[in-house]
Amino acid sequence: MKSNFSALFAGLLFSIGLAISGMTLPARIFGFLDFAGRWDPTLLFVMGGAVVVNFGLFRLSRLRGAPLFHPKFVLPTRSRIDPALVGGAALFGAGWGLGGFCPGPLLVSVSTGAVPVLVLLAGVIAGIYAADGLSAIGRSRLRPSD
Amino acid sequence: MAEFEVVLPLVGGALIGLAAGLLMLLNGRVAGISGIFAALISLRMEERVWRVLFIAGLIAGGLIFMAANPQVFPERFERSLPAMAIAGLLVGFGTRLGGGCTSGHGVCGISRLSVRSIVATLTFILTGAITVYVVSHVMGGA
Repeated sequence: MKSNFSALFAGLLFSIGLAISGMTLPARIFGFLDFAGRWDPTLLFVMGGAVVVNFGLFRLSRLRGAPLFHPKFVLPTRSRIDPALVGGAALFGAGWGLGGFCPGPLLVSVSTGAVPVLVLLAGVIAGIYAADGLSAIGRSRLRPSD
Repeated sequence: MAEFEVVLPLVGGALIGLAAGLLMLLNGRVAGISGIFAALISLRMEERVWRVLFIAGLIAGGLIFMAANPQVFPERFERSLPAMAIAGLLVGFGTRLGGGCTSGHGVCGISRLSVRSIVATLTFILTGAITVYVVSHVMGGA
């Protein structure tokens, strides 16, 4: 129960952070990525503020054996730099630069009901199903048939 | 250079870092929004409630700003609807394949000093910059 409340609270706080820092404005994203034009460093300050605070809290959480409301920490285990990581990040970046939205600000912006936002969201959902579908096919081919 | 503010982005960023840090400290989870959202719309039922609530919190924040301060959202969009649809497909497919987005790799991964996340972040900034260069300076819009 407590873990459900904390997840809701974290989502709300994350959302407020994105909105007040200007990250729900695609123009800020285009500006940050426009190194050849009028470059906008806003995203760098947002990332900087987020990483400094999160770094501290992550260190603090590692001093504990377990999180407060859950039996254990669930951390990514992969460490290899593989083609999927780089290829996936490259495709994501292209979409980010094209539409001006990454998943967080997109979900915050859903409440506007703006058609471009909903079209982009539909694309994201389709892209997720496509990737998960392809990886399921890949796994079943790799599985030994006997 | 474009006009920009420093204090609000830093404060907003700190709130994002606090939100992600709390999700780790309290729930033991990485605040990777693409992964949380993908798990939510997949048919997997285990560990569903916290994900639903985290995404509900994100959307609720948006609703609060719509009511109180809608200037945080754009009045008009620079890109056409077909461009937005393609952008969405790339974001959805790319974040699944690459295992994260700006939050999971960019904020949480860098804070954990994960080499994978640092490589992913530099890669998506690079291809994002190439895309903006092509769209804004070569094609003149999309």
